[in-house]
Amino acid sequence: MLSYIIRRLLYAIPIVIGVMVITFFLFFVVQSTDTMAKRVLGPKATSQAVQDWKVNRGYDKPLFFNIAKGEKLFDSLFFNQVGQLATFDLGKSDVTGRSVATLFREGAVPSLLITVPAFFVGFAVSVALALYLVFVRNSLLDLWGILVCVALMSIPVMVYVIVGQYLMAVSFKYFPAFGFQQEGLSTVRFLMLPVALMVVSGLGAEVRIYRAIFLEEIDQDYIRTARAKGLSNTRLLLTHVLKNGLINIITLVVASLPFLIMGSLVLENFFGIPGLGNLLFTAIQTADFAVVRSSVFLGALMYLGGFILTDICYALVDPRIRLS
Amino acid sequence: MTRFFETPWVQNCIVIGGFLLLALLIWSGSRNERWKRAGARLRRDRVGMIALAVIGLYLFVGALEMIQVPSSTGKRSILDLLTHKIPLEESYSAPLAKTTLVQVNPKPLNGSHLLGTDALGNDTFVQVLKACRTALIIGGLTSAIYIPLGTLLGILAGYYRRRVDDAVQYVYTTVAAIPEILLLVAILMVLGKGLGSMAIALGVTGWVGLCRLIRGETLRQAERPYVTAARALGQSDWKIITRHLLPNVMHLVFIKFVLGFSGLVLAEAILSYLGVGSPVGTPSWGAMIDGARSELSREPVVWWNIGGATFALFFLVLSLNLFGDSLRRAFDPKRG
Repeated sequence: MLSYIIRRLLYAIPIVIGVMVITFFLFFVVQSTDTMAKRVLGPKATSQAVQDWKVNRGYDKPLFFNIAKGEKLFDSLFFNQVGQLATFDLGKSDVTGRSVATLFREGAVPSLLITVPAFFVGFAVSVALALYLVFVRNSLLDLWGILVCVALMSIPVMVYVIVGQYLMAVSFKYFPAFGFQQEGLSTVRFLMLPVALMVVSGLGAEVRIYRAIFLEEIDQDYIRTARAKGLSNTRLLLTHVLKNGLINIITLVVASLPFLIMGSLVLENFFGIPGLGNLLFTAIQTADFAVVRSSVFLGALMYLGGFILTDICYALVDPRIRLS
Repeated sequence: MTRFFETPWVQNCIVIGGFLLLALLIWSGSRNERWKRAGARLRRDRVGMIALAVIGLYLFVGALEMIQVPSSTGKRSILDLLTHKIPLEESYSAPLAKTTLVQVNPKPLNGSHLLGTDALGNDTFVQVLKACRTALIIGGLTSAIYIPLGTLLGILAGYYRRRVDDAVQYVYTTVAAIPEILLLVAILMVLGKGLGSMAIALGVTGWVGLCRLIRGETLRQAERPYVTAARALGQSDWKIITRHLLPNVMHLVFIKFVLGFSGLVLAEAILSYLGVGSPVGTPSWGAMIDGARSELSREPVVWWNIGGATFALFFLVLSLNLFGDSLRRAFDPKRG
């Protein structure tokens, strides 16, 4: 097992390097550092200010190899960037000058406060609804259920957020419409509406996938055997189909776990929750390239982490995988 | 490159040409046994046919806005010519209202507006229709980038295997490792706002899924006896790929194209909402929904902009999703 985990980790290294190359290419080659400086400092910045800004951040170095006399060959933008990322030195925000690592650390908690409850509630509700649709499969209710799922999927997430906030907070004055306070139980009041909206906006797609997974289980031979044994339809679904279907669902879900920390771009900004989604949203609006660049890198690392976690889960369940 | 993609007539030509090419492909596919059977099944699928009709309606409206004709005031789209009699108002007005939407001495309107007017006094219904073009351009232009790329790389990886497969797999795993929304935002921040940049960004992230799908199917097809037979008869790799493998994976490409199109329309709306999508002044459902952030907190509430845009977006995406599902059922009745 240990050798399998080590092998999986080694596979990830070339991918991490690939991600570094892509981000570098995008932010420093497609767009020159001069353009970047002008967009951060504003169009009126003097060329001296642009030069100072570049020197201050080390962006004045040559792109790939430093061939000037008396300089080290690898003292270039590319190798410095890769070196910084490899040591998790994320640098400073282009706009506020604060350390990016601190910004991420501060934003992680509010994001998790929304995404973790939304994840568990959403998971439970989707699995229950999907199982119910399987229970009444091929009926008119099932047909309408799928139609509703597809309809829910066809509404963009911000419509849920805008309309949801308008109905629940502004019209009925049921929840606070905006803001966030992190002190004990009063936080819950601020979290309820965003969490509920996040659950509803993801419901259609999830119920549909889970239903398909459960339906695939139903055609298996062991289900026929169980039915021949005289098991009732309810028992069959709640024990055999649910348990075996969950294996597939959980492997699907584990890969998405690392993303919980990234929060939700649309939701957090809209409700004024100071999480990572909001941080990224502000970075987009203010052309804060350092924050977006770091988000891309950290996001990729988390994705790879989730991926490896899924593989390990699979290997734990199925020994054939780790031996091949 | 980006500037070329940003020119409206280039976008129109690529998208209209793409749809004509698609029609040609479907027509030539009608001789293929698998496509014939799927077509017959599809015609019996009532939901699928209704969805197809709705999609056709959107394509028609989009085409009206895309085709430019010379007029007395320079080139204008057919939709402009059809709607130029609708007058411009001063500001917001409610659907079918007689006066503008202000509490203190409202002014009489110049005309009647089915869905009211927006902040600049434009007719909301006309804006909703015009935004069809934006949605179709994003969907069409992106598909024109990612479909050839994904199909080609997928087939090459599945057919040649070994080194080619390793290289293709490495590239798409790396791209897929970056969360999609982050990569989109990063590319759009660098390239700047615009329909062309959006299509490039969505194309760069979109080909991965298709490539994976086509690679898997090609791997399976290449094992089949007909490929071995073709090779034994001395056919070249190029012939095997174009004459045998491509027609046998084409239905998957088509299904993916329809379902992917719905995702692209949604993505346009979300990116425009985030402020990295359609440039200011482009009629876009996402931008109209974005405007509702302040409009819903007004008194009286301005609901017709978000309402109109959401309905138009919803019915297009819903029809595409339903039609895509019908296609999948028609091509693969056992699993559908």
